[in-house]
Amino acid sequence: MSGHVIEVKSLYKDYQTAAGKFPVLKDVNLEIDAGDFVAIMGPSGSGKSTFMNILGCLDQPSSGEYMLNDQPVARLQGDRLAKVRNQTIGFVFQGFNLLARSSLLDNVALPLVYAGIDKAERHARARVLLEKVGLAKHVNSHPNQISGGQQQRVAIARALINRPSLILADEPTGNLDSKTSEEIMALFGELNREGITIVLVTHEPDIAEHASRQVRFLDGRIVEDILTGSVTEHGEKHV
Amino acid sequence: MFSAMLGEAWHAMGANRLRTFLTMLGMVIGVGAVVLMMAIGQGAEQAVKKSIQSMGSNLFIVLAGPPNMGGARSATGNAPSLNVKDATAMEDLEGVSNVAPINMGSAQVIYAGNNWNTSIIGTTPSYLDVRSWNLSDGYVFSDSDIRSATRVALIGKTVVQNLFGDDDPVGKTIRIKDSPFIILGVLDNKGQSLDGRDQDDTIIIPLTTSQRRVFGAQFSGSVRQIIVQADSDKVMPMVEDSLNSLLRQRHRIREGMDNDFSVRNLTALANSAAETTKTMSLLLGAIASVSLLVGGIGIMNIMLVSVTERTREIGIRMAIGARERDILMQFLLEAIVISIVGCLIGIGIGVGGALLVSHLTQAPIVVSSQSILTAFIVAASVGVFFGFYPARKAAQLNPIEALRFQ
Ligand SMILES: Nc1ncnc2c1ncn2[C@@H]1O[C@H](COP(=O)(O)OP(=O)(O)O)[C@@H](O)[C@H]1O
Ligand SMILES: [Mg+2]
Repeated sequence: MSGHVIEVKSLYKDYQTAAGKFPVLKDVNLEIDAGDFVAIMGPSGSGKSTFMNILGCLDQPSSGEYMLNDQPVARLQGDRLAKVRNQTIGFVFQGFNLLARSSLLDNVALPLVYAGIDKAERHARARVLLEKVGLAKHVNSHPNQISGGQQQRVAIARALINRPSLILADEPTGNLDSKTSEEIMALFGELNREGITIVLVTHEPDIAEHASRQVRFLDGRIVEDILTGSVTEHGEKHV
Repeated sequence: MFSAMLGEAWHAMGANRLRTFLTMLGMVIGVGAVVLMMAIGQGAEQAVKKSIQSMGSNLFIVLAGPPNMGGARSATGNAPSLNVKDATAMEDLEGVSNVAPINMGSAQVIYAGNNWNTSIIGTTPSYLDVRSWNLSDGYVFSDSDIRSATRVALIGKTVVQNLFGDDDPVGKTIRIKDSPFIILGVLDNKGQSLDGRDQDDTIIIPLTTSQRRVFGAQFSGSVRQIIVQADSDKVMPMVEDSLNSLLRQRHRIREGMDNDFSVRNLTALANSAAETTKTMSLLLGAIASVSLLVGGIGIMNIMLVSVTERTREIGIRMAIGARERDILMQFLLEAIVISIVGCLIGIGIGVGGALLVSHLTQAPIVVSSQSILTAFIVAASVGVFFGFYPARKAAQLNPIEALRFQ
């Protein structure tokens, strides 16, 4: 038992392109502890999203190890992978990714359908979470009837519904104005204070300020890993 | 879980009503056609069965004139090669229970200013036994009427309707070819014959009277046909042989010469007619099934489009924990719901169409619960079969690529 929520060792990811093998992640090593609030930064194309997708069990690495709550998940397949996505991780996307035809309540409750939970409990839990993100009045609205910031709140509520230990967010404020972005980040801060581990990707330094740790990617490698106030070199374990 | 998915399938169908309707239309038409065709086919089968029953059992028909070979010669035959004495001789053959000589033709019949052209059958009382034909009113003429060639008649229901309307015909006098005939009785309803004639559009008179008054026989005592009833199904081949040898002997036909008559096994003919309608009925069903198949392909087509359009949705569902079988079930269920709803509408239209057809054409129609059940099961299977490929395609999408899809 290492006690880490995430433990990534010499992770590689290549894409097969017409020109041949194209490496995107090159020997990435990272450990994230329970309760951490990590901002992943770096220029466009540096491999942040690729990394997040692997962390979120949406994609598999070409080689390397990924332990999630001490379970090796890098090679998981099929239903077991689906279960990890459903129960252990909450994923928040830049584009919200809500189902346009479903009400907010149904959107938030959807992961519970795949967890096999009955309708009454699904709706009760979805209501509680919509209230928590400040959308109690909008349970029966549809995604196109609310603002972008509100949509991202719904997406966060959905990510929380199975009480995951980890929230992954790939540029969650990328489509939002700065005021709304601040509100969303405040919500993430609040969740982190409640004990949820958060890893989010962002371009913007002021967004990254909300995190307690900043990891910088460049060209498929981690080049910087800063704990609030203190700087450690890549590869060294932070305190 | 299942009900949630069923609800979503319903929801997805409602999201694009026109498309769902058009997809369903293939199913509706397919099932409607199957139900309608089966109704018509089974109706025809039942009509044939009924006319076979109305025909009488274990029957031979002996026709005057040589057998119809190559289609050059007429089967009814003009040659007066059969006569009443042949019929009398047949009665003594082993295995024969009834013999009825027949002359027939059509004639104009008049009653109180009403005119009706109908078929006239001149025969003996045993004809009614052979055909198991009863009277609904009055009584049958007797052998003494045959001997003295009295002008009496039994008339069919269709003739009654056209000449008498609601009046009671028994005891009234009609004119057949200008000769007055007294009506002794009214024949029971017999319905359609195998070749589609209305058997109730007929008048039965004594054979001798028909020869003298109506058709005029070139040779006294000649008849067109003799109907022979055998005791049982088993003795049919034996009776057929003895009919042939009896007539060859009586007509002095030498070895190697052709018959101047023909003996036909009516029961065998009827059975082959029944086989034919059965085949036709199956064929109709098969043709209609093709449209069901086309409907199924339509569903597959639309489901494939739907999977492509909803790639992103599939990615989202996978990202939040949907298993392959969840996605598979979602799309499969949608295909099944479309086919079953289409099927139900199709059954409604098929049954309605069948009723309409039978109303408009008087054609016999049988809508059986069995044919409806068959259509339903086939439609549901079509939904599963044609829904499976698109559903599996959806389930096997890669979540990352699905999420990137715009
Ligand atoms: N499916 C793919 N096939 C080929 N190359 C890809 C694919 N996905 C991402 N890449 C490439 O990998 C690199 C990293 O992409 P990404 O992880 O999205 O970067 P970031 O999120 O940091 O902007 C980019 O150069 C991108 O073009
Ligand atoms: Mg990115």
